[in-house]
Amino acid sequence: MNVGAWRAMMLIVHRDLCLSFRRPEQVLQPLVFFLIVTTLFPLGLSVQLSLLRDMAPGVLWVAALLSSLLSLDSLFKNDADDGTLEQLALSGQSLATIVIAKTVAHWLVSGAALVLVSPVVAIGLAIPVSAFATMLLGLTLGTLTLSWLGAIGAGLTVGLRRGNVLLSLIVLPLAMPLLIFGAGATDRAISGASAVGALYFLASLCVFTTTLAPFAAAAALRIALD
Amino acid sequence: MLKGVSLEVGPRELMHVAGPNGAGKTTLLRVATGLLRPEQGSVAWFGQSITQVQSEYQSALAYASHETALKGDLTALENLRYMVRMKRRATLTELRGCLDRTGVAGCADLPVRVLSAGQRRRVVMARILAASAVLWLLDEPFTNLDAAGSALMSALLEEHVGGGGMALVVAHHDLKLQATQRRMELKG
Repeated sequence: MNVGAWRAMMLIVHRDLCLSFRRPEQVLQPLVFFLIVTTLFPLGLSVQLSLLRDMAPGVLWVAALLSSLLSLDSLFKNDADDGTLEQLALSGQSLATIVIAKTVAHWLVSGAALVLVSPVVAIGLAIPVSAFATMLLGLTLGTLTLSWLGAIGAGLTVGLRRGNVLLSLIVLPLAMPLLIFGAGATDRAISGASAVGALYFLASLCVFTTTLAPFAAAAALRIALD
Repeated sequence: MLKGVSLEVGPRELMHVAGPNGAGKTTLLRVATGLLRPEQGSVAWFGQSITQVQSEYQSALAYASHETALKGDLTALENLRYMVRMKRRATLTELRGCLDRTGVAGCADLPVRVLSAGQRRRVVMARILAASAVLWLLDEPFTNLDAAGSALMSALLEEHVGGGGMALVVAHHDLKLQATQRRMELKG
């Protein structure tokens, strides 16, 4: 009896979460990187709250993008190296189903965790509490979109020995709209203006990548397996 | 790499593919799984191209490659649970039974990273058994197995083929089996 796609996805998500929590350093490293980078800025700048507040959205989003990139390399690579990817490809499930499950699991341990610690960072960067909702929503949409973009990059570089540099070169230019509109939304929320336009744009990017990235990443994996 | 190669495996048949290193044995097996698409020619499952009946074909096959596809941080039972349940609903009792059958029941709850290479190969065999597949595609299944492990592997192959199954086995040495087997030698 064949297993349905939903059940197969749940199995992969559960397995990947289980593997992540058995190696907590893999989950903690990007988070610690995020915390350290965002802490370095207030320490390095002069003690002017207004200057820090002006720079906070950019610092927050650049740190979030870079820390998300740290864990992207291992999205498919570990499974490709030990033969698991081949077994998954022969499981009777489509590669797109496998990509969706693995990307969701990756986002839960990287992007979602980063969103959860972002209020702590925001306080350190003097972002007012009134801007937290916009910041959290923007980061949720942004990190999810980045995971989808990263899935395409990880699929394209899975067969390369040192693919992480190329992965960054592929993903970072694609992530520029996220940085511009994400930081813009947080900036507008800090100044008390409406950030709805920027959030809508981030949401549209998220929907766009959620819809198409699984198929693009699946095609890249198919080439890597061939 | 493979030119003019043609083979057919039917129920109750075992095809042994032999040949020197680099002859294309693993490539042939990957083509048979559908992971590798041939530039020319085709792979058919009961007369239909495997690309047309991909889901049905993948449900019917169990593949063991050089890599074990086992996660060191998961236990042997967890490894089986996640991979086998991608294909079919299997109970934990069934999975433990398969580990017992391959002689690694005592390792069921141990992380795979602490198992020896031979024990890992037995866990892979348990995964093949648990898949309940008609067609076994095995790449050097005797690697890392001791004498008892090799005898067990041979017995499982004979049982599978005797029960109506099919097997395509890549091995560089002769298979000591009583079951009907055909041999194909790839030239380097």
